[in-house]
This record gives sequence, structure tokens and C-alpha cells, in this order.
Amino acid sequence: MPAVSKGDGMRGLAVFISDIRNCKSKEAEIKRINKELANIRSKFKGDKALDGYSKKKYVCKLLFIFLLGHDIDFGHMEAVNLLSSNKYTEKQIGYLFISVLVNSTSELIRLINNGVKNDLTSRNPTFMCLALHCIANVGSREMGEAFAADIPRILVAGDSMDSVKQSAALCLLRLYKASPDLVPMGEWTARVVHLLNDQHMGVVTAAVSLITCLCKKNPEDFKTCVSLAVSRLSRIVSSASTDLQDYTYYFVPAPWLSVKLLRLLQCYAPPEDAAVKGRLVECLETVLNKAQEPPKSKKVQHSNAKNAVLFETISLIIHYDSEPNLLVRACNQLGQFLQHRETNLRYLALESMCTLASSEFSHEAVKTHIDTVINALKTERDVSVRQRAADLLYAMCDRSNAKQIVSEMLRYLETADYAIREEIVLKVAILAEKYAVDYSWYVDTILNLIRIAGDYVSEEVWYRVLQIVTNRDDVQGYAAKTVFEALQAPACHENMVKVGGYILGEFGNLIAGDPRSSPPVQFSLLHSKFHLCSVATRALLLSTYIKFINLFPETKATIQAVLRAGSQLRNADVELQQRAVEYLTLSSIASTDVLATVLEEMPPFPERESSILAKLKRKKGPGAASTLDDGRREPGPGGDVNGGVEPAPSTGSTPSPSADLLGLRAAPPPAAPPAPPSAGSLLVDVFSDSPTGGPPSLGPSPEEAFLSPAAEDPGIPIPEADELLHKFVCKNSGVLFENALLQIGVKSEFRQNLGRMYLFYGNKTSVQFQNFCPTVTHPGDLQSQLVVQTKRVPGQVDGGAQVQQVLNIECLRDFLTPPLLTVRFRYGGAPQALTLKLPVTINKFFQPTEMAAQAFFQRWKQLSLPQQEAQKIFQANHPMDSEVTKAKLLGFGSALLDNVDPNPENYVGAGIVQTKALQVGCLLRLEPNAQAQMYRLTLRTSKESVSRHLCELLAEQF
Amino acid sequence: MMRFMLLFSRQGKLRLQKWYLAMSDKERKKMVRELMQVVLARKPKMCSFLEWRDLKVVYKRYASLYFCCAIEGQDNELITLELIHRYVELLDKYFGSVCELDIIFNFEKAYFILDEFLMGGDVQDTSKKSVLKAIEQADLLQEEDESPRSVLEEMGLA
Repeated sequence: MPAVSKGDGMRGLAVFISDIRNCKSKEAEIKRINKELANIRSKFKGDKALDGYSKKKYVCKLLFIFLLGHDIDFGHMEAVNLLSSNKYTEKQIGYLFISVLVNSTSELIRLINNGVKNDLTSRNPTFMCLALHCIANVGSREMGEAFAADIPRILVAGDSMDSVKQSAALCLLRLYKASPDLVPMGEWTARVVHLLNDQHMGVVTAAVSLITCLCKKNPEDFKTCVSLAVSRLSRIVSSASTDLQDYTYYFVPAPWLSVKLLRLLQCYAPPEDAAVKGRLVECLETVLNKAQEPPKSKKVQHSNAKNAVLFETISLIIHYDSEPNLLVRACNQLGQFLQHRETNLRYLALESMCTLASSEFSHEAVKTHIDTVINALKTERDVSVRQRAADLLYAMCDRSNAKQIVSEMLRYLETADYAIREEIVLKVAILAEKYAVDYSWYVDTILNLIRIAGDYVSEEVWYRVLQIVTNRDDVQGYAAKTVFEALQAPACHENMVKVGGYILGEFGNLIAGDPRSSPPVQFSLLHSKFHLCSVATRALLLSTYIKFINLFPETKATIQAVLRAGSQLRNADVELQQRAVEYLTLSSIASTDVLATVLEEMPPFPERESSILAKLKRKKGPGAASTLDDGRREPGPGGDVNGGVEPAPSTGSTPSPSADLLGLRAAPPPAAPPAPPSAGSLLVDVFSDSPTGGPPSLGPSPEEAFLSPAAEDPGIPIPEADELLHKFVCKNSGVLFENALLQIGVKSEFRQNLGRMYLFYGNKTSVQFQNFCPTVTHPGDLQSQLVVQTKRVPGQVDGGAQVQQVLNIECLRDFLTPPLLTVRFRYGGAPQALTLKLPVTINKFFQPTEMAAQAFFQRWKQLSLPQQEAQKIFQANHPMDSEVTKAKLLGFGSALLDNVDPNPENYVGAGIVQTKALQVGCLLRLEPNAQAQMYRLTLRTSKESVSRHLCELLAEQF
Repeated sequence: MMRFMLLFSRQGKLRLQKWYLAMSDKERKKMVRELMQVVLARKPKMCSFLEWRDLKVVYKRYASLYFCCAIEGQDNELITLELIHRYVELLDKYFGSVCELDIIFNFEKAYFILDEFLMGGDVQDTSKKSVLKAIEQADLLQEEDESPRSVLEEMGLA
């Protein structure tokens, strides 16, 4: 290729660049640049009109200065001038300046638009391409408004040159991504799909990207592209390596186009047409077969291009998740790559296998590679590859290999890079809890974590071990013994002291019988660490000491002496001082009985949720967090005993001093006894196992006492009650009921576990209603789950009048059935009665939670017990409109998470059901299948009944 | 789609930057600085891909110059690596054994070639022939445009 005109263009520019390169120091460079900027400024401002060439040269210099990292705040007008020039080179530089320097917000855009418009209509293909590039580069809304309507025409016009078509396709793609509403759909779309058949490979390559984006947004309208894409792909895959001439890249036929076509197919479910599907499966098999053939070239470009297609093929196989044979073959192929000498391939294989691990068809096949992956974790020299290996181990972990994986991860942790330690710690903690059959193993694992990587053990990890030990009495003795031993190490991590202090304070008595760990020994062991610890830990230890006084009266004198010491009683830290003073006084004046009550063993944690859910909650926002803090700070008789360290955030209510000393349990349901520790899964709420948990004594105050359960038979709900209820699952206001006499409107708002509802009763007749009396009843168990307080309404409703009723709602626990609303009145002497379902469903207490993809998947995997998941596959009852679906999901209460699901068609959401007694984290995924007009809805929550119920409610909405 | 492409030297000097999504200058500079640091710290035999912020970064070093692309989560890393290579081939073909200096002195050409190859962060045409043909045509137009100028004129003395 001849150097047609390099460097000869602008000598002044070359001189300037050389000058800059010859500058000996940064200062000299800046000086030279400032001189040049001043020069250019004066030229631009000067009286003498600059010719196009000089303008071009100066604008280029400005560009160069910009590339050196300096700000450029002038020259834009000159660039716009150049852009409007008739000379190609001037025009080109003008466009270049704009594309490099102008952001979509710039006011200049209006000026540019004029020039762009001229070029776009010039019929000169070179100029048209420049204009299209500029539009794509700036991509702003303003540009879209000006041109979005023209570009489709250019794209499908019969006389457009191929190069123009290519640019038009990608330009349209950019505008469509930025502002889809501006691109008018029309008959061009049908013709765009047929570009898949275009003879010019470049046109197909550019068009596929556009089509893929269109398919994602309107899968139904573009369904026909599936078969076209399959046949195009099949032609490429089966072509000989020279057939496609210049589109063959190192003996690989059209790798870019193949990858793009495979991406396009990932917008859809497997083709239903058997012939198309057969052809596609054949393609996928051919790609897998070719991977086994000897390479046609030793060049890395050959293998990279070939494997790019292979990995995209595997992505499609995983996306379909329906061909066990292909999935297993994919897994075997990746298994080979795990030991490949190319680091890049090992990295990608580990990454791709992570997704295969979650498919039921290939999970077992992935597991067979465990030794290779463990080896990768130990020997890979690149931290990013090791990270992938750790991810894969986490993904392939199940009950059968948990012990091995956890122990390998722990071993790795000792030498792991600082950058990924915290993540590994979290992973180990989660796996250890999830797959713990024997809780002593769990305790050992967490203590090991603290020993090995104490600095990286975040609060939720050690809070969690305390929750579990507190709630399982079969492991308490073991935990006390182990932690006692761990504390004997001369240097142990402060987190170990925290865990040790807490556990011994609660369960030290369980090992006190052994003279080696007698009460005085326990105390002096803990106290030997005291002076080395931070204030927070010392505060915790003081609480442990007062608990010791209760557990071991023989230590009282020693401990009182410690509390009395000047260093405690007059400690400069107010928290420590207060604790010392209060505990000293408490231990001196309280009788043994009072002491025993105040310092009783911690009750089991009512919400035994995993750290993931605690993290979920922390994202709730500052409001909730501050209530939490207030609750903690509540002074009172011993109210702050362990104040600094409650692992479980309370449900947000202020603890009532009598019911709950430690502010951990929500006040009202005092009757609910803790479930026997052996009963049920850890993740299930305590209360749900307690049949004796009677209704709370929520004595309504006289003027509000409208609630009269069982006083009157509520009657049977009208037949359409369910349908009416479903109308309100995703919205909070509207007409709840209407007949010839009466209209009932509803408006409600919900925050956390509270709600307020306004009911509007309208008399549609001209006659007064008498003895008008709406009542709310709680069928079945609902009474213990939901409180609805109603205000009185007048007994008469005049003809044409409307009365309003306010309902205050509090959700105590999760519930399945809605309360009933019975309206009774007399109309013209005849008694009327009507029973509806009040639109209060559990999702009203659903609060959205935003999270990133990684966090989502982590949580999703953690909730993988079969009973935590509820799934429904159902026919769409409404048109499948993505905006409507989004609105419904948001109305349902969930946050919509973008960029989580690899398939952009799917919807993914997260939120927390807030009740007074517990909070249930929920993750959901809705997968529409436009072809079949079906949906698959999957809900995962920590509570079986909630998963099922939410799933049923939501499934009715589509 | 590709979010941006950077060319920088081993000494951390930025030689070319192309952004496919609008972003403030400040944010761009921050990203460039951060990413250069990450990539320059990596050792030769390491993997060419890394996770960075919410993007995937694919990079490769050619002589003294790093070519570095940021792509989105679902994009294909290997094909991006070859996209870099194809761009290098195009530069090489155009300049004739291209080196860093060619790109410094003819940065505008490097941009033009890139623009023929990629648009809006997507591959426009992968054929070496068609890309180079387009560039050649543009150069011919340039020749027609430009009448030779004297050295004196160039130096502003005429």
C-alpha cells in the first residue's frame, strides 16, 4: 500500500508534534503548548480570514493537544466551518474534531446538524458515511430528533451503496439504543430482517447488530429472523475455509458474523420449527466437532477466532439449557480448555463453566473437574484467573463436595491476594452455612476464617455465627470449648475476641465443669486480651463480664474490682464509662433473681436469616437504619446490656422495656415460644413452627374498637371477589367494587410493615342508606398476622353522597389470605350485604431493593433449597408488552434490576417483605417466551410459604 | 458493544482514544488514568482479559503500544482480541510496518481507519480489503484537493 499522502498533508502539524516530542521536561512541553494555543487563538480571532487549509491545520493541532490530555475550549466553530466545507479533507477533519471533542450535551449540536443534513442528502456516498458516523458518534437526542426518521430510508433504499447501508445500520442502532422512541417502526423493519440474506457480507455484519437490538426490544415482531439467522449461520459454518474470501480470518470463515448471529439467536428460545431447530443443532454440533479437529494454522489468531465462535456457541447452548447432550459436550470441551497452555482459554473456560454449573443437566459434569479447578486456584499465576477458579468452585459446590471445597478455599485464603480475600471469606462463610450438616464443622470453619483472615471477616460473618450458635443448643457447648481453645493462642485476632467474648458470656457455663476452663480461667483469659482491644470490643467484653457475674457468682468480686477500677469507671470513652457504672451498680444492688432475669441467656433470634439477607436489608436506606439505632440506644434497666453487638438488626420497633430486655425481639407476640432447635430448617422462621403462638393481645382502644371478629358472620365473599383482588395486587387505587347501588373506591399507601387505606363508599342511588356498617374480619389465622384498625363511619349515607373510611394496617407476620370487608346496610327497607376481599396482600409490604448482578446471583444461589423456590409456567392472559410488565413488577413492589439476567428479555427483581416479626428477602425472575405466549416465573425467598404465595399472586397478573 | 478503545504507550502516554458512549471529560480522564495503571501493572504472560468496574477489558500489547478495549458483560472477549489484531493489521498495511511514531504523527489517519472498521462500538466491516479501499479513496480525494504548497508558504513567510 503506497503511503499516499501521509505526513505530507500538514507540515506545520508535524513540526509541532516534533517540537513537543523534543521537549526535555513537562514544563517545557506545557510552555510550548501554551505558546501554540496562544498562536492558534490569535489566528482564529485575527482580522485575516483563514483559508481552509490553515483552519484544518490548526484544528488538527488542537486535537493533538487534546490527546496529550489538555483541555480544549475553543476551535469548535472552526471545526463546524470545516465540516461544512466542500473539500473532503477539510470536511473529514471537521468531523473528526467534533467526534473526538463534542459530547452529546454540547450546544454546538444544532450548528452541526445543518452540515450533517447537507451531507446526508448529498448522494455522495463518502460524505454520507461521514455524516452517519458523526450522528452515531454524538448519538444525542437532538441528533435523533433531527435524523432518526431519515436513516431507515437510507438503510433500505434500493440505490444505497453497500458502504452507506453498513454505516446507516450501525448509526440507526446507536440512535435506537439512545432513544428508541425516536425511531419510527414501519415497513422498513421487515426489509431490515432480510438484510440477513444480503449478498454483501459487510452489510450482513453491520445489520445483524441492529437486528439483534431490535429483537431484544420487540421479540414478537422480529421472530422471522430466527430462521434466516440459522440458515446464514449454517452456510458459514459449513463453508470451506476459503469460500468467503476476505471474510475468512486466518482460515476461520467470518468469525465476527458468526459470533453476532449466535448472539442474535440468544434473544430467543430454541426454534419451534423442527426443521430449523434440526439445522441449528447441526450447526452447533459442527462447531463443537471442529474444536476437536487439528488446527489449520499455528497462529494464535486462528485459534482465537475459532474459539471465539466456540465460546459463543456454548453460550447459546447454555442459554437454551434444554439439550443435555450438547450441554455435556460443551462441558467436556471447556474441561479440555481448563488445562490449555493459553491463559486466556483457561480464564474463559472457568468463566463459562460457572454458568454451566447452574444447569441441572451439566452440574454433575462440571463437578468432575473439581481437582483441575482446585489446582488452578493453587497454581495459576494470574490473580484474575485464580478469582475465576474461586468463583467456579463456589458455583459447583453442593452437599457432596462442600467439605472439600471449603477446606481448599480456606487453604487458599492463607496465601490469597489481598484484593480477593474478603470475597473468599464471604464465599466460605456462605457455603459453610448452606451445606452444614454438622454444626461443629460450621463453627470450626468460621473460627478458622477468623484465624486466617480476621481482617477480612466482615461483621455479618461473625454476627451470623453468633446467631447460629445462639439458636442451636446442640452446638453451644462445642462452640464454647472451641472458642476457648482458640483464644489461648498468644496473638489472636480481635474478631476472635469478639466472638469468644460473646459466646463465653452466653455459654461459658457449659464448659465451666472442666477445671482447665473454670470460670476464673475463662475470665482471666478474656481479660488478658482486654487492654489490646478497641473500644467496641472492650464494651462487648464488659457485657460479657456482667453476664459472668450472673453465670458464675464466684467471679463477682474479681469482676466488680475490674469494673470499679479507675480505668473503667472514669474511662474517657463515654460508652465504656457508662457500662462500667451501670454494670457495677446492677451487680451491687440487684437481687440474684433480678440479675438472673436481666442477664438471662439471649433468646433465639427470631429472624434467622442469612447474612445475605442482612446485606439486603442494609441497602434499605437511611430511614430504617436510624430507627434501628434508636432502638439500640434505648436506655432502661439493662436495656443496653449487649448494646454494641446485637447481631440481628431488630425489626425496627422500639423495644418495650418489659417484654424484651435486649431489644431483639419485636414486642407484641410474647406468647410465641422458640421452636425446638432441631425442628425445621435454619432458614425458616421460628414462629411458623409454633402452633401455640396464640393471638397477640392487641387490645383495641375503645374509640377505635371497630374490629369485632366473630361477632358477626362475615358471609361468603361475592364470586368475583378474587378477580377484584387481583386487580389491586400491582396497584393501590381504583374502584374496588361497583353495582347499581354502591361504588367502593380504594386508595392506599404502604410503608415498611404499615399501611393506610382509604375506602370511599358512594351511594349511587337517590335514597339514603341506613344502618350503613362496613366491617373488616380476619378469617382463620389472619388475626395473628395482620392488624386492621378501622375508624367508624356514619350510619347513614345520603343519596348521591360519599363517605370515607380510614383503615390502619399493620402486618405482623407473613399471611396468605386477605382480610374480608363486609358492607351491610338497608336500602329502601331491604337489608343488603356484600362481602369483598380487602386488597391487602403480602406484596403490599414488599420494599424494593436495588443490587448489582453479582450480588443478585450470589443471593440467588444461596436460596437454592427446593422449598425456597416457587415456580410457575403459565399462559399469558394479556398482550406481552414489556413496558406494562415492568410497571406491574414495580407495582408489585419489587425493584427491577437491569443488566442482571444475561437474556435482556427477562425481568429480574428483588425486594424485602417487611413484617413486624420478620423480614423475608425475595428474589424474582420472570422469563417471557413471546413465541409460545408463555411466562415462567420463579420466586426465591427464605420462606417457603412466602415464595409460593408471591408466585401465585404475581402469576395472575400477566 | 464496545464502550471505548484506548491506545497508550508503555510509559503511560495516551496515543488514541475513542469513546462510543457520551461521558464527561472529567470522567473520561479518570477512567483512562485508572485503567492505564491497572493494565501497565500486569505482567507479560498474564491473561488478556480482566474485569474492571462493570466492564470487561480486553488488551494486547504490540511492541511499545498497548491496545485496550472495554466491552460489555455479554460481549465476546476472544473476538474483541482479534478485533484489536485486525485493526493493527489495517494500520500496518496502511503505514507499512507501523510503529508507535506513525500513530503519533498521523493520529488523524489512525482515527479514520478505526472509523472505517468500527462504528458506534460495533464492527462495521471485517474485510481488510474494503476498509483499505475506503481509506485509499479518501486519500485520492485528498490529493485532488490539495495543491502543493511551498515550504515558505508553509512556514508562514510567504
